[in-house]
Amino acid sequence: MSQFTINLLFVGASFALYFGIAIWARAGSTKEFYVAGGGVHPVMNGMATAADWMSAASFISMAGLIAAGGYANSTFLMGWTGGYVLLAMLLAPYLRKFGKFTVPDFIGDRFYSRTARLVAVACLIIASVTYVIGQMTGAGVAFSRFLEVDKDTGLIIAAVVVFFYAVLGGMKGITYTQVAQYCVLIVAYTIPAVFISLQLTDTFIPAIGLFSEHTQSGMPLLQKLDEVVRELGFRDYTADVDNKLNMVLFTLSLMIGTAGLPHVIIRFFTVPKVADARWSAGWALVFIALLYLTAPAVASMARLNLMTTIYPEGPTENSIAYDERPDWIQTWEQTGLIKYEDKNGDGRIQFYNDTPAFAEEATARGWAGNELTVNRDILVLANPEIANLPGWVIGLIAAGGLAAALSTAAGLLLAISSAVSHDLIKGSINPDITEKGELLAARVSMFFAIIIATYLGMNPPGFAAQVVALAFGIAAASIFPALMMGIFSKRVNSKGAVLGMLAGLCSTLVYIFTYLGWFFIPGTNTLANTPDNWLFGVSPLSFGAIGAVINFAVAFIVSNMTEEVPQDVQDLVESVRYPKGAGGAVDH
Amino acid sequence: MSDHTENQENYWKANVRLIFGCLIVWALVSYGFGILLRPMLAGIEVGGTDLGFWFAQQGSIISFIGLVFFYAWRMNALDKEFGLEE
Repeated sequence: MSQFTINLLFVGASFALYFGIAIWARAGSTKEFYVAGGGVHPVMNGMATAADWMSAASFISMAGLIAAGGYANSTFLMGWTGGYVLLAMLLAPYLRKFGKFTVPDFIGDRFYSRTARLVAVACLIIASVTYVIGQMTGAGVAFSRFLEVDKDTGLIIAAVVVFFYAVLGGMKGITYTQVAQYCVLIVAYTIPAVFISLQLTDTFIPAIGLFSEHTQSGMPLLQKLDEVVRELGFRDYTADVDNKLNMVLFTLSLMIGTAGLPHVIIRFFTVPKVADARWSAGWALVFIALLYLTAPAVASMARLNLMTTIYPEGPTENSIAYDERPDWIQTWEQTGLIKYEDKNGDGRIQFYNDTPAFAEEATARGWAGNELTVNRDILVLANPEIANLPGWVIGLIAAGGLAAALSTAAGLLLAISSAVSHDLIKGSINPDITEKGELLAARVSMFFAIIIATYLGMNPPGFAAQVVALAFGIAAASIFPALMMGIFSKRVNSKGAVLGMLAGLCSTLVYIFTYLGWFFIPGTNTLANTPDNWLFGVSPLSFGAIGAVINFAVAFIVSNMTEEVPQDVQDLVESVRYPKGAGGAVDH
Repeated sequence: MSDHTENQENYWKANVRLIFGCLIVWALVSYGFGILLRPMLAGIEVGGTDLGFWFAQQGSIISFIGLVFFYAWRMNALDKEFGLEE
């Protein structure tokens, strides 16, 4: 059987499963469409949250980022998990108690203001739309690599699948599909990692293998890796970073942003009780950790594997001849994600860090520049081939990558469509809409959200890498502080909340646009995006945390200068704080 | 609903205290051991590297899981203790 047939079989089987779930879990009411009827088991919700959260970025890109950056990129590991601690303690249980359907619902009621609700809707839509573009392009890439279809065709197939289960089933269909998608993606991620760990360290748990002995050399794996990359002019894999302030702020921005992403928050509206929301956050983190503890092992092992493939005799000896390169390099060369150029004409592949500091040694060895460029996103996708695993593992990786992208895309699309149908249409434009009418409106807005996401996926605005930073920055600077103050303070009033959100949002946007281009149009940036230009060494990607501080500060100052919060709203704050009581769990 | 009792007040204070304690540990394992205090922990070796590296890539995540479950267990117990469970 050819590799193409195997891939088709795996992807086809997983899609058939999602379709089956879609037909089984149709939504009959708005409560089912928005919050899956509110009866999802906490462990199951944990699993669905993990799939909702772990996107194409987690599945495909994260290990590559860590492999390239080593210790410095541990920020992604801490930042994308630490946010769940904030979510579990500062937001999820109280918003569950509040018992309505969307994030702007709470902001609108708590700050007794339609403006606050609309600002929240705007933040939600900007954050979620930017995020969904990345998922759709990720799905398109996976399709084109594994199913040999054109990228746009791949995108349309992905859109049809999501359309089917998200529009029919709403949150209910999405929840059960996400549970299935989690199983597919975690198996796909773990199996190749186990084999690689066995090959390199004789340990079958990759997370332990990372800190074990490298069988071939008898040295600890990380020391061996440090030694190899050092010989080729790269920074030590475990080397400390100098700009600790930026590392702290970047991690903090990722954490606050994670806790403030609406598509993750609404998952906690689906469990039966407040106590379940607390447990569920723990389970979500367990299921996320299964991948996040494996990822750093995959990163270091894949980096070492790559180096030993190019330098089979060791980094101080001759590298391999281009004609003898393994098959997987040839496969990925066809996609353009690995590129080779024989600069010194010796027919061998030289792969090293081409910097002035290493220039002398490179010249002495007769090298005329680095000859191999490897796109870091291929690391996870190429893992089974690098480790010589059978064809079915590659098929599994294809299905896993698609599961990661589609599950996140569906969660985001639901957050967007419920903000439109529930907050804009029912909340502002036509409050008298019937239950049936609102359900139809939710489906129609989901339909349009998918069309827009697909269009943007086909014509990515040329800043795909930056948009994720934007999504986290906005969630961190606008949504998270508003929600937290709404629960933990009875003093913050509508003026404070609205001005706080706007101040956090605008300061973050201005700082990002200053360095990355106004509205991301290339060449329009005011200052070059280099560490020397950054204010106090803070990169634009780390600014979300500062935006959050600005939001808090403005909200408190303005609130203290203006009127007290009305008594009925203070009672609302009381009611979300205590699990017991008739104040919460209102069905509309 | 507006009868704001002393019992409720005490419950909320206990919750805020618990959150505060948990967040201190949260910050210590990630920003502390994983980033800022790493040079101080450089002498403690773990599997070919130092303790700070371990915390940054694994230890913090494992601690986060422990923290969230600990909080859920304590709070669910507090709900009952104060008679405020759902």
